[in-house]
Amino acid sequence: MIAATYNAAGVLVFVTASTLMLVGALGVIVVKNPVHAAISLIVTLFGVAIAFVAQSADFLAAVQIIVYAGAIVVLFLFVIMFLGVDRRDDVRVEPLVGQRPLALAGVLITIAGLVTLMARSHWVTGATRVSTSGAPLATGQGNVRQLGTAVFTTYLFAFEATAVLLIIAVVGAVLLARRERRVDETLDDELDVEVRS
Amino acid sequence: MNLASVDPLYSHGVTGVVLLIVLIKVLVGFGAIMGAVTLMIWFERKAISDMQSRIGPQRWGPFGILQTLADGIKLFFKEDLVPAGADRFVFKLAPYLTLVPALITFSIVPLGGTLTIGGHRVMLQVANPPMGILIMLAMSGISVYGVMLAGWASGSKYPLISSVRASAQMISYEAALGMTIVTVILVTGSLTTHDIVTSQAHGVWHWNLIRLGFVPFAVFLIAITAELNRPPFDTVEAESELVGGFATEYSSLRFALFYLAEFMNTITMSAIIVTLFFGGPAGWIPPVPHLKWIFPIIWFVAKTTFFAFCYIWFRAALPRFRYDQVMDLGWKRLIPLSLGWMLIVAGFLVRPGWGLVMAALVVLASVVLARAFDLGHRREVGPDSVLGAVGRRPLPGDVLRKLTDGEGA
Repeated sequence: MIAATYNAAGVLVFVTASTLMLVGALGVIVVKNPVHAAISLIVTLFGVAIAFVAQSADFLAAVQIIVYAGAIVVLFLFVIMFLGVDRRDDVRVEPLVGQRPLALAGVLITIAGLVTLMARSHWVTGATRVSTSGAPLATGQGNVRQLGTAVFTTYLFAFEATAVLLIIAVVGAVLLARRERRVDETLDDELDVEVRS
Repeated sequence: MNLASVDPLYSHGVTGVVLLIVLIKVLVGFGAIMGAVTLMIWFERKAISDMQSRIGPQRWGPFGILQTLADGIKLFFKEDLVPAGADRFVFKLAPYLTLVPALITFSIVPLGGTLTIGGHRVMLQVANPPMGILIMLAMSGISVYGVMLAGWASGSKYPLISSVRASAQMISYEAALGMTIVTVILVTGSLTTHDIVTSQAHGVWHWNLIRLGFVPFAVFLIAITAELNRPPFDTVEAESELVGGFATEYSSLRFALFYLAEFMNTITMSAIIVTLFFGGPAGWIPPVPHLKWIFPIIWFVAKTTFFAFCYIWFRAALPRFRYDQVMDLGWKRLIPLSLGWMLIVAGFLVRPGWGLVMAALVVLASVVLARAFDLGHRREVGPDSVLGAVGRRPLPGDVLRKLTDGEGA
């Protein structure tokens, strides 16, 4: 049913985008150097952006590049550069006890959820494709208008709640990083950090 | 995807002729930007030397105009060094990560009006994608990586400091940049550069510079200068502190690529300023038959050259910012200003009354913000400083700050 509507160019774009995503994602896990892993992550994000463009979600594609590739991975790299790349952690040590079985369980639950979603319904929106069935995405600025309307009407509560959550996170981080301490206490803390690392 | 909705060239489907036209557009665009970069490098050196009472390049060609070519040939034949401590793959990748975004950004700039060639309506811009001006934001996000990874991959101290500075600076100013672009998009009602230009085409009073009230333009100009790491924001390659910054370890062709990208970005961003705020190719067209299409191009080139000259002027006239001043300007001045102005513009677009309400709210918010900055500033330099012992050592009072900033800071 769906296969009949595919054309050669569409398949080519899909294969290219998927290859980029998969190669990048594998790279993030396999590569040892954290900076190389971050570069692999950018490759994945580009693949996702291409997939968005192929589905006429131009605005999402642009935002994907601007926010994720342009800001978030830059911050990752920033932190990596600050901490130094040469530090290697031993894989056999578990910082949290029972971390690995829990992670395995999490992965299994996620896969089961995805498979159930695929089998029983058409994902969340009920559409098999973004562009044609269900609510169609308009190209260009219509795209932005649709997204804006959705965010500020149907999903307004979720949107505002996310905004509040982010503000709380930022305030919390600032408070933790810059809480008032006496000078001798500060020195002790720093010595402590040096010893531990 | 409906291509014809953004570019009339595709309205009869994608045929061989259309592909040929697209190919020619790409080649002409590439040639134009390369030629412009060659001239720009010469122009900058010549203008700077005039401003500093020097002679400047004079050996090659009339007025030394071929100097760039000579430099290019010299760099091409120099030995290509990769430092022993370098990460070889990333070291070689980084120059392209600055060059390619510069090229892609130029492709969305409208260079002229619309031509009709053999029944095909051809826009005089390499591409007019539906996401339009967002491409420029995305590409300036990507070009951070070039500088950042170059500095890190060199495996050397000064380039590393430079790359950390670069990433912090470019991310900081991207927010202000994005919000001024949002005001332009709000008033245009479209993302594509073609629509942005055509909405300003009916005379000087319709230029976004005036429609949006100067502030977005001022913020954009400052933010884009910081984004380009051009003087006075070139803390990334501050010679007196960081040798050559991120490009210290680069030589030969790879250095030439960085150099090329820097000047290409300068031209592209001048062109983007013209597109967003000065009507792009809009201007008076004399009633000359058959040659009407050439005047928009001349207007565009004239406006872009003016802003390219402004960048040179900044470099000659303004002293470099200190790094904390760069950050203060970005976060404490430009971001609140552009955010507030965006709210006011949005209010006025809905109804003038709402605009006034927004303006009142913004004034109120800025008073609160000013008070907050004042409190924070006093805590930072006061006797019971909350900053740790690492980093900024407590200075005797705030003597140094007063020495460098004057009493008012």
